[in-house]
Amino acid sequence: MQWFAARKQLSSRPRLILAIMSFVLPILTWSLVSYVPWLWHPKVEITEPGDVSYFKDGLLVDKDVFVNEAARVSEAGGAMPEGRPANPIYLPAPHEVVTAFYTAFTTEPKRRNEKWLHESLWSSIQVIFWGFLISSVFGVPLGILAGTYDFFSRLTEPFVEFFRYLPAPAFGALAVAILGIYQAPKIAIIFIGTFFQQVLIIANTTRKLDPSLLEAAQTLGAKNHALLFRVVVPGILPDLYKDMRILLGWAWTYLIVAELIGTSSGITWFITQQARYKNFDNVFAAIMMIGIIGLTIDMLLARLGRNLFPWQRAGARA
Amino acid sequence: MHAIELPSYLEQSPEVRERFDRLKQRPVRLEVKGLSKEFETPHGTVTALKDISFKTHKREFVCVIGASGCGKSTLIRLLAGLETPTRGDVFLDGQVVRGPGPDRGMVFQGYTLFPWRTVKRNVMFGLEMGGRGRMPAEEEAMQWIELVGLTKFADSYPHQLSGGMKQRVAIARALANQPRILLMDEPFGALDAQTRAKMQAYLMEIWKNIDITILFITHDLDEAVYLADRILVLKAHPGEVQELIEVPVPQPRSPEQFLSPEFLATKKRLEELIHPPQPDEANGDHLNMVRMVSVNDDVESVF
Repeated sequence: MQWFAARKQLSSRPRLILAIMSFVLPILTWSLVSYVPWLWHPKVEITEPGDVSYFKDGLLVDKDVFVNEAARVSEAGGAMPEGRPANPIYLPAPHEVVTAFYTAFTTEPKRRNEKWLHESLWSSIQVIFWGFLISSVFGVPLGILAGTYDFFSRLTEPFVEFFRYLPAPAFGALAVAILGIYQAPKIAIIFIGTFFQQVLIIANTTRKLDPSLLEAAQTLGAKNHALLFRVVVPGILPDLYKDMRILLGWAWTYLIVAELIGTSSGITWFITQQARYKNFDNVFAAIMMIGIIGLTIDMLLARLGRNLFPWQRAGARA
Repeated sequence: MHAIELPSYLEQSPEVRERFDRLKQRPVRLEVKGLSKEFETPHGTVTALKDISFKTHKREFVCVIGASGCGKSTLIRLLAGLETPTRGDVFLDGQVVRGPGPDRGMVFQGYTLFPWRTVKRNVMFGLEMGGRGRMPAEEEAMQWIELVGLTKFADSYPHQLSGGMKQRVAIARALANQPRILLMDEPFGALDAQTRAKMQAYLMEIWKNIDITILFITHDLDEAVYLADRILVLKAHPGEVQELIEVPVPQPRSPEQFLSPEFLATKKRLEELIHPPQPDEANGDHLNMVRMVSVNDDVESVF
């Protein structure tokens, strides 16, 4: 079988195997570094302090510190410290992270006013939802209008083009000053991060609609708003849907910055809090949860899209 | 060249002559008067069409033919109202037309079916635009779909149909509006030879049975002679009417006539008009081949 044929698709079995490998390979690398003692492991975890005064059971020290101390103790003829190779605390082993996926949800918050993990996640999802919804309510119609009528294109796009280069997080302080410290400024950051890209992308998608469809519709008696609502909108719907999926992915990337604004909240608050307690297994689990939630939503939307638009050529996207 | 002695394309049998006399008595459906179209380009003004005038009578079949770049498509787009003329006017039943409208149906080479609508809903589009309710529109659409023999595919989407079927849907969609003239812009250009022949026969059948005037653009000489009552020959740079030929091949047409003397004579005339003999070197359009096969090659010559 040809593994490297330019622009040729492999058959379905090797494709599946490769897709699985794309996840297995990084996990395998991580496992090797975690479980094979002579790979990396720059630290020593003390199991027996011996005569070193500041060594304690479970303490992590640098390898050369351990060697120096051990040499000193052996010269003095004291009890030898013992330890095993370990990785820094910020790299937990895979099984610890897997366990954290469960324990992170069941561990009670340290203080009473703090939130459980599922509450933090729910708060993040709400911020994304509202930010993206408000952006779409304005961005989608404006994008379609700009893509259809040169009037709206010239009236909005030059400014939007300028504005999208302003980094959304730069508006953080302003958003807090205007909207307070709770959810509203976070939603505003997601909005700013999404809206301007959205207008341009949807305007471009609209422009890609085959103009001869509009001409055909005109020779069939369609005018003005019928052209817009009976030809342009249904004509771009499948591509619009794909754009929205991509834009939703971008909205997620603004989440972390957005949640740092005002009072830290949501999954970001959880991550920073857990990092402060050095629970890096929880940090990794939380980061992965964002990825899993994002990917799951995207896959659900992709599946839904295949059913929503039956006129799309089957097999074009397997 | 032509070993057989052909009659002049101007020679008409008494029946054909009598038919053309009657044809010209019919009311004028479409009249084009002094139509010109200029495009502004960075290299200056380009005249696509210059002073085009002709008339089409009720239920006449006119083909427009010409070398590539002669402005055939510009002409039909002007008639459809998709472009505005620089000078001149288009009259439909004596009324000046401005902008596109359902009284002039159009069939494009690229089918231009709405991919999100089923066959039935594609045909319903014009009826809905005309303010017909959903139920009567559906009923009417089904009649047109039956007429083009696609009842079984009424609920299929365009991407599930073959090219010939798509073009039949496009014709049904245009006819459903009951336009006064059907403008067809190389409608069969993308089809294979066999499907094309079938589509030509279908179109003749439709034309015979419906009150419709057809203006048909093509670059296929056989197609033009086979389908048309009269052929409008355009000349390129700028696009001008070169000749309006009355096709002497008797109606009704059938594929057997492809080799009749009148057919061949008309085709020969078109050939002369569209591809006038000119020295090859003049336009730099030739190959510079030398023999690149060894003299001792197994195959010494391809002949």
